[in-house]
Amino acid sequence: MTSIQKPPVRHPSLQINALGLTKRDYEGAMSTLCAGCGHDSVTAAMVQAFFELDIPPHRAAKMSGIGCSSKTTAYFMRQSHGFNSVHGRMPSVASGANAANRDLIYIGVSGDGDSLSIGLGQLCHAIRRNVDMLYVLENNGVYGLTKGQFSASADVGSKSKRGESNVQRPIDPVLLALSLGATFVARGFSGDKTRLVPMLKAGLRHKGFALIDVISPCVSFNDHEGSTKSYRFTRENYHELAPVDFVPLQREITAETEQGASVSVTMHDGSILRFREVASEYDPTDRDAAYAHVRARQDRGEIVTGLLYIDERSADMHETAHTVERPLVDVPFEALCPGKAELEKLMDEYR
Amino acid sequence: MVNDFAFKIATVNGTGSASANGLLMQSIYRMGIPVSGKNVFPSNIQGLPTWYEIRVSKKGYTSRPAHIDLVVALNPATYAKDVSAVKRGGWLLYDSSWPLDAALARDDIQILGVPFGQLCVAAFAGDRERTLMRNIAYTGALVALLDIDMDVIGEMIREQFAKKRSLLDSNFRALHLGYDYTKKHYACPLPIRLERMNATRDQVLLDGNTAAALGCLYAGATVGAWYPITPATSLMEAFSGFCKRYRVDPETKRNNFCILQAEDELAAAGITIGAGWAGARAFTSTAGPGISLMSEFIGLAYYTEIPGVFFDIQRTGPSTGMPTRTQQADLLSIAYLSHGDTKHIALFPSSPAECFSMSVTAFDLTERFQTPVFVVSDLDIGMNDWMVPRLTWDDSYRPDRGKVLGADDLERVKRFSRYLDVDGDGIAARSLPGVHPKGAYFVRGSGHDKHAAYTEDADEYREVVDRLAKKLKTAEGAVPEPEMHRNGGKISVGIVALGGTHAALLEARDALAANGIEVDYMRIKAFPFGTVVREFLETHETIFVVEQNRDAQLRSLLAIETGLARDRMTPVLDYGGMPLTADFVTSEVTRHLEARVA
Repeated sequence: MTSIQKPPVRHPSLQINALGLTKRDYEGAMSTLCAGCGHDSVTAAMVQAFFELDIPPHRAAKMSGIGCSSKTTAYFMRQSHGFNSVHGRMPSVASGANAANRDLIYIGVSGDGDSLSIGLGQLCHAIRRNVDMLYVLENNGVYGLTKGQFSASADVGSKSKRGESNVQRPIDPVLLALSLGATFVARGFSGDKTRLVPMLKAGLRHKGFALIDVISPCVSFNDHEGSTKSYRFTRENYHELAPVDFVPLQREITAETEQGASVSVTMHDGSILRFREVASEYDPTDRDAAYAHVRARQDRGEIVTGLLYIDERSADMHETAHTVERPLVDVPFEALCPGKAELEKLMDEYR
Repeated sequence: MVNDFAFKIATVNGTGSASANGLLMQSIYRMGIPVSGKNVFPSNIQGLPTWYEIRVSKKGYTSRPAHIDLVVALNPATYAKDVSAVKRGGWLLYDSSWPLDAALARDDIQILGVPFGQLCVAAFAGDRERTLMRNIAYTGALVALLDIDMDVIGEMIREQFAKKRSLLDSNFRALHLGYDYTKKHYACPLPIRLERMNATRDQVLLDGNTAAALGCLYAGATVGAWYPITPATSLMEAFSGFCKRYRVDPETKRNNFCILQAEDELAAAGITIGAGWAGARAFTSTAGPGISLMSEFIGLAYYTEIPGVFFDIQRTGPSTGMPTRTQQADLLSIAYLSHGDTKHIALFPSSPAECFSMSVTAFDLTERFQTPVFVVSDLDIGMNDWMVPRLTWDDSYRPDRGKVLGADDLERVKRFSRYLDVDGDGIAARSLPGVHPKGAYFVRGSGHDKHAAYTEDADEYREVVDRLAKKLKTAEGAVPEPEMHRNGGKISVGIVALGGTHAALLEARDALAANGIEVDYMRIKAFPFGTVVREFLETHETIFVVEQNRDAQLRSLLAIETGLARDRMTPVLDYGGMPLTADFVTSEVTRHLEARVA
């Protein structure tokens, strides 16, 4: 991962957020990914989302594993803490960090290679623990850094750049997450920033594990004729199911008067998610229906996008562990060490 | 033969004999007599043979006994082995409800039969109770044969079953079944018998894993991550128990700790590292197979300089090995764990008391040096009850958090460089996430420079890895120094060892001295080795390195790190999986020395 710094030039008319920061303050190092890489579009959406949510960059922790996708954490929010861990094992590092300091905002960026092969177990267990984090899976169906091998999300019949046809069934992260009990499951498309930004914002505000599978075409190794994760294929076959409007807490009332919403979900912090009525029968709080819908569309070769499922009531990792609300790193030593007198009493039990 | 003998109880795993054996050992201990117990158990839940060895030693020796004076044989499947284990002139106590095969009889030992099974069938209803009470019945027989204080054992049974009246009655009845029968039929006590002493007053009976868990509690560890594995599981279980007792916030009733049972050891390591990075004192406990799985993450933590304590409760290897047997065979892999050039700080406790104190030291070292620290224990230390001095605590202790820049520090610096060695000791200052905007940086396992930025530049890369080497060099002076046992004057023979073999070595040294062989003994307490270790090796003409593995791993480590020729050090190796006996060391050292003279 390279760290080419962007020149610190700021246009005086740049919009500022509640913290007095501009969007430039949410940018990172210059990307070294291929020109046109879908991941860079996700990065841009990420910059927008963090900027709009007024998140102080140093209060965010960007976690990633290894691969093209994992590089992207370096390309947004340069003043955030970044952690490039080992291949596929970012979820455990994020779990540990979250265990220690629950007050930070955790964003994990991973890829289909990182998450669905070596990291599949860790992804599943982060979902199971319901770690409070946004997990963005930049999905291109291919190993880019090692130049074009199929990943576990490559569709049957999808062609590699060398012309080989994939024969193994793919692992769909959305169906996986739904079946494991994930509390927030969404699918986006890197080429559709308008809808990706509110989705990211909602994921960041969700208390618990928020998975967003982002179809993010690889321009160098998976954007050709025959690929099912190319820009062209995705644009032609993606179906917006439940586009999400994210209404932050402080702007709730104004926004509500502007838009009518068929389904509203109140987040833990009081902000509201609204689903515009695209498929009238679609209920984003019904897990079984969400699963069935995604499967049915998939069988027709369609990619369903949008916020597919949300459960705002289930307990996250700390709730389950019944941890104190104060971050463990801030608990003073005096409250942790029982002291000499207690040890003396305890020793009597081992006499 | 008073207060100086060993006996062994052979039973079947899962029949409830463990509590009866514990009761026996603790009774002797409460009579003020030095005692030690070794649980030799199978890797199985129910049905396979298990043994419990108890050694009584008025001199205070606690290593595994070389000879067994009395065997209590309650498992017909191992009669042959158990009969042959009795020392010449010793005793065999067996369940005479069923006849002992004549072929197993020995005329050089005395065979005592007590029909424990029949007595319990007559006295109790139900299979489960009969099985359980048979254990208390043989305890009663031993009370008579060895002259265990009936008041002491009675008090313990009353403590144990204070709230269960029916069990209290059954236990007393069973105890007397064995006691009365034995008293009536045999001359009690035997020549091997007990007499009250006053040698255990300031001691406790404690296993290493419990003590280590207490160390983690007292050191202020808040995040524990683990995956079940023998013989390390009881460490995290004990930590969990202590946390529930001492770490629940009195006002909110919420936990001042977060223990995560991970999906595997890889995740346990990742959680530990993530928590360490975020600023918590975090640890994991595992055994050799888990250490192998953690290897990649350990390399990441070493290179990115993240603290975390890793307990390795060693068992036999390679591979799955014998999960319930002990060994010291992870030394080399721990020292240089992971790919690339790596080297780690490791501490080697020799007893539960040190498991406690070294756990605290480990957390201080891991934060001070910002690198993984290993506490290398083993099954014998971890899972057996040892007699150790009462653990003490100094309330003035405060954690050594090392060089951590707080918000004010970061406010003052012009630019924070994560990997810059300002003090020349190889240790750079770290920042914790979320504290201050200036403290933000990117942790990366890929090549990085002193500012934590990615680099593939040879000089920048070398600067970082050379500093890491310097940091570990600094650590040589900060880790615990070896414990020296010297006689003074010029002695040419030196013994080197580490960990749980210490008790056997102290005893062997006395035995060698009694045979006219004076030896200096150095117990290594930590890696990397300092100058004291090198000096000891250089100043003794003959060196024996005693360890519990096949390949003389400690000897290799000493040769690599000190440059001393390997053939200057004679290996004394015991690696069958059982705790070391003093006899083995004495005879091996004597044999080598005599061979040299010849």
